[in-house]
Amino acid sequence: MGLELSFRKHIAVRRAQGTSLRALAFFLLASALVFAQSPDSEKPVPILTGNAGAFDFVSGGQTLIDTQINPVLLVPLGDHWLVESRAEFEGKFQRPPGGGPFGGPVNKHVDYAQLDYIANPYLTITAGRFLTPFGIFNERLYPVWIRTLQPDPLILPINTAPSDGAMFRGGFAVNDKANLNYAAYVSVTSIAIGSVDSERHVGGRIGLFFPTPRLEVGGSWQKTLQDDRKNAFGFHMGWQPGQVPLNLRSEFAHSFEGSGYWVEGAYRLSQAHFWQTAMRRTEVVARMQQFYTGDISPDGAAALGLPSANTREADFGVNYFLHDGLKGIASYGRQFSSAGNFNQWSFGVAYRWLIPLGRVGTP
Amino acid sequence: MSGHRLLLVLVFCCAGLAAFSLGEDSSPKRDASKESAATPVVHAEDAAMRVQGEQRFRANCGRCHATPQKFPPRMMKTVLRHMRVRATITDEDMRMILFYMTQ
Repeated sequence: MGLELSFRKHIAVRRAQGTSLRALAFFLLASALVFAQSPDSEKPVPILTGNAGAFDFVSGGQTLIDTQINPVLLVPLGDHWLVESRAEFEGKFQRPPGGGPFGGPVNKHVDYAQLDYIANPYLTITAGRFLTPFGIFNERLYPVWIRTLQPDPLILPINTAPSDGAMFRGGFAVNDKANLNYAAYVSVTSIAIGSVDSERHVGGRIGLFFPTPRLEVGGSWQKTLQDDRKNAFGFHMGWQPGQVPLNLRSEFAHSFEGSGYWVEGAYRLSQAHFWQTAMRRTEVVARMQQFYTGDISPDGAAALGLPSANTREADFGVNYFLHDGLKGIASYGRQFSSAGNFNQWSFGVAYRWLIPLGRVGTP
Repeated sequence: MSGHRLLLVLVFCCAGLAAFSLGEDSSPKRDASKESAATPVVHAEDAAMRVQGEQRFRANCGRCHATPQKFPPRMMKTVLRHMRVRATITDEDMRMILFYMTQ
């Protein structure tokens, strides 16, 4: 039908304007080729996806109720463009000192709002506000339905604030055994309303992924372009051995604000020989991490969300996948530092949804 | 060749291209003997692509999250374009995974 309409339309154009038949025929062929590549029935459809969670964190006897909704809007345009954005609405509710009902702030912010242009198999150009590609947790593992332990890693605040600017990135096969992925960006983030103050930085990340052993290793770097022009760097790895349902990940980060690492393993109990229906849905997790303070004051560290003293922490958790997009979580951890040792518990549910904003066929 | 004949030839070429791109179901009736000979090859290629797609799905997507359910092709295309940017999966991996996830 589209071809016929295109044909009639161009015949009318020819009669009206007296264009040459050859030009018309060429245009027809080109139109047909475009149609052949992406007919309407096969075009990607805009999607509203995202996740929501409700968690109860108990740290050192203090209870925090955390509820959040993180909608993600994906709008594909043509064959090469994508508009994507994620917002976060998070309520953190605690009882005031001395007792009383739970209360607290509801934070709202846009994590990213970016325009992507997939230029070719090697390059994607991104502009707007984007997640800073420093390590892997911030970009890939942050959503509550993906992360295996709900408490953030101690080093997460290091160099992971959103960036405003432009980024080149991509992934391609180097040979049949390895894929290379990269990201390079420049950011000028406004840091004060009503003034021209901004934080400027450049950075990049590079990684090698070996599909056969399912091993990924990589490194990140960032340099601020004002004040002391400080450097920060980090390394990351991920490994999913093929023989066992195990997922190992680790990150290290070093910056002026502090440094540290985390190592995490998640094991799906699908190989258990008892209660198989339940075991297939169950994942046990363990994480070990350490943080070392940097060259900023304890108050400055606290403002960034970093520990104010050297800290060690071990966490253990269990996730139960009720179905694809819904899981129940529970974890226990203990933190050790000169500021005091304490236990932290977490319980909750995380849910991921995906809604098409247009007509789709059946899967 | 007159202009009208050239136009007719081009229209047939265009129709053929469009029919080819939309899959075999929309093409005109085919020779049964040729179809029976070609089908196993097509099925074998599909099966091989499916296996490749599953391997690449497990290797790439499994790095971050658990296996999601399959969605309609138009949704999967959007999700995979998002993942191509977010997780920097390769163009070829994206095509293979799309094939696997929409079969």
